[in-house]
Amino acid sequence: MTTSRDQILARIRTALGPPADHQPPYEHAITRTYRTTHATRTPRERTALLADNLTDYRAHVHHTTPDGLPALIARLLADHGSRTLITPTDLPPHWLSAIPPSDVEIRTDDPHLTHHDLDTTDSVVTGCALAIAETGTIVLDTGPGQGHRRITLIPDHHICVIHAPHQIHDSLPQALLHLDPTHPHTLISGPSATSDIELDRVEGVHGPRTLDAVIVTE
Amino acid sequence: MSGGTFMGMPAFPQAAKAALADTRLRANLTHATHTIRTKRATAVAELDDWNDLREAGKQIKDHTLAHLDTYLLQLEAAVTTAGGTVHWATDADDANRIITDLVHATGHTEVVKVKSMATQEIGLNHALEQAGITAVETDLAELIVQLDDDLPSHILVPAIHKNRAQIRDIFTHHMHHWGRPAPDNLTDTPADLAEAARLHLREKFLRAKVAISGANFMIAETGTIVVLESEGNGRMCLTLPDTLITLAGIEKILPTWQDLEVFLQTLPRSSTAERMNPYTTTWTGTTPHDGPQNFHLVLLDNGRTNTLADPTGRQALRCIRCSACLNVCPVYERTGGHTYGSPYPGPIGAILTPQLHGTTTPLHASLPYASTLCGACYDVCPVAINIPDILIHLRERITQGGSAQQQGRKVTVKPAKGHAAERAAMRTAQWALTHPTALGTAQRLATTTRRLHPRRLPGPGKAWTTTRDLPTLPPTAFRAWWKTRSLPTSAPAQNGRTTP
Repeated sequence: MTTSRDQILARIRTALGPPADHQPPYEHAITRTYRTTHATRTPRERTALLADNLTDYRAHVHHTTPDGLPALIARLLADHGSRTLITPTDLPPHWLSAIPPSDVEIRTDDPHLTHHDLDTTDSVVTGCALAIAETGTIVLDTGPGQGHRRITLIPDHHICVIHAPHQIHDSLPQALLHLDPTHPHTLISGPSATSDIELDRVEGVHGPRTLDAVIVTE
Repeated sequence: MSGGTFMGMPAFPQAAKAALADTRLRANLTHATHTIRTKRATAVAELDDWNDLREAGKQIKDHTLAHLDTYLLQLEAAVTTAGGTVHWATDADDANRIITDLVHATGHTEVVKVKSMATQEIGLNHALEQAGITAVETDLAELIVQLDDDLPSHILVPAIHKNRAQIRDIFTHHMHHWGRPAPDNLTDTPADLAEAARLHLREKFLRAKVAISGANFMIAETGTIVVLESEGNGRMCLTLPDTLITLAGIEKILPTWQDLEVFLQTLPRSSTAERMNPYTTTWTGTTPHDGPQNFHLVLLDNGRTNTLADPTGRQALRCIRCSACLNVCPVYERTGGHTYGSPYPGPIGAILTPQLHGTTTPLHASLPYASTLCGACYDVCPVAINIPDILIHLRERITQGGSAQQQGRKVTVKPAKGHAAERAAMRTAQWALTHPTALGTAQRLATTTRRLHPRRLPGPGKAWTTTRDLPTLPPTAFRAWWKTRSLPTSAPAQNGRTTP
């Protein structure tokens, strides 16, 4: 019996006819005259552009130093009124060292937590794989300091820490080179939004409605 | 509640006439398309290499289509190695059966859906409903359409034909049939409407065991699937359930991960006019302890191989479903999407639907004429599909017939009915233009009787002059004037020579 797979492949081959004899390898088949970056920037300029573009899409951007990070995280949680926090298991412990234990219950990423448990969690703190200045994008790849995908999805408030300058790349073409496609990725450009009502963008649907992007400059 | 159906829709001119009389529809569409048009132009202008990106996107898609069998087999192997299962569907019925069986095998009767054009195209929700499975649309605009038992009218924003007040009424009157009711005293501010959708869908996301999605891109070398979205409903569906079923047209494939650098720049800017959409998810097969542990990819033909066989028409398969062509189209702006009688409205629908499904129905045969050929669609297309060229090509196919491929077999398409007058006029013109004496006589006759000409054509030509006047003929035909013209004696003559 001919399978659907065989039929489709046969239809494609009939449609295309016999293949051409000399075909360049794929690396040479495409004219890639587009830019790999749209400007030459200093690390400081790159960081500033990322901050501008994140802000443009309604993320809240905060700048700090490694020493100031714990206090900033504690303040952002307090400002948001968070009583519960989830973190990846491998988050550097000192990031959370300024959070008053009596104010915030800290949970760690755990397969046994149900989706409903996460739904009653106010905030999540993670790191990221990298960030892209030109598009104002933060990339998570479930690598170090990021946890499983659902912990950055269900809580309504995401504090995401980006280390400058080394985690910030100029452009999408440059950033993709540093990502391993076998990992699941989430590219985040501002908080959840929709353009579905009269094609006008409004923030806040299903994903975290508050995105605090913390840029730590060494 | 399966949503409406495009079955039995009238041909485009009849549907358009009704749509044009709906002043609220026209106001909603004018507002929305003009808003996005300006924003898109701004977003595109930020990139000084836009034309290079557009050219690269075109070349990547053309190359992939020219080697589609090879890349599909590579994709299948990569997805399988990464823990997914690949299914192939020749047509809509095949795909609906495969997906229904996959859902039945899970033992669940409710699925959550990420917005997907392919599932609209095959009428999946209706097929699932027949099998006792409830499919919940989670994209805000798809939810609006589903709650209202309506039809989508735009590729990106299926509820573009509804304004905020109408959406408020739909939520208030229908949400409770499907789950959590709309909040009391719901206002029509977009933020409140988005909040109502968040509350309504939250419980469904958290308990969902099966999700169905489409795909924006599939990477052949790695087996990676890519979905772009804004709201986070996509992330919910792609991350939380145990089983994920993805339906994708066979043309959604890209050879390499690197190719995303082109399309992740061009798609968001063309689509929602953003530098980058809020969320993009990529996944490769299954990942232990993260996301769905059962992943099925259903590859859909449903007329795509017919389209691939047409050297002019196949460029429609480059389409990345951004909807920029809808937003700039003067016809779409006035008639809306329902008139095109398919989930693919606007210029892209006018070339895609007749190619996927043939031109045998009056509706499908009318679609290539649903255009002024102004070319705005081609200008904005991020993969440079020459839509006007394909429209003219399809018009020729409809009036003249010709050879085509259907389900892998070469067939001869007969000329469509209803174009006899057009064919007769063209044959006459062809004869007259190759017989100069006869042409001269005819022109003399026409110009001397010009005062007697009617403003409208009688008989079969009547329809053509329903919306336009016949052009007025000049007193003398050009050829006659050329012969009799008197050359000025002192003015500079041709070729730079001067008279003494």
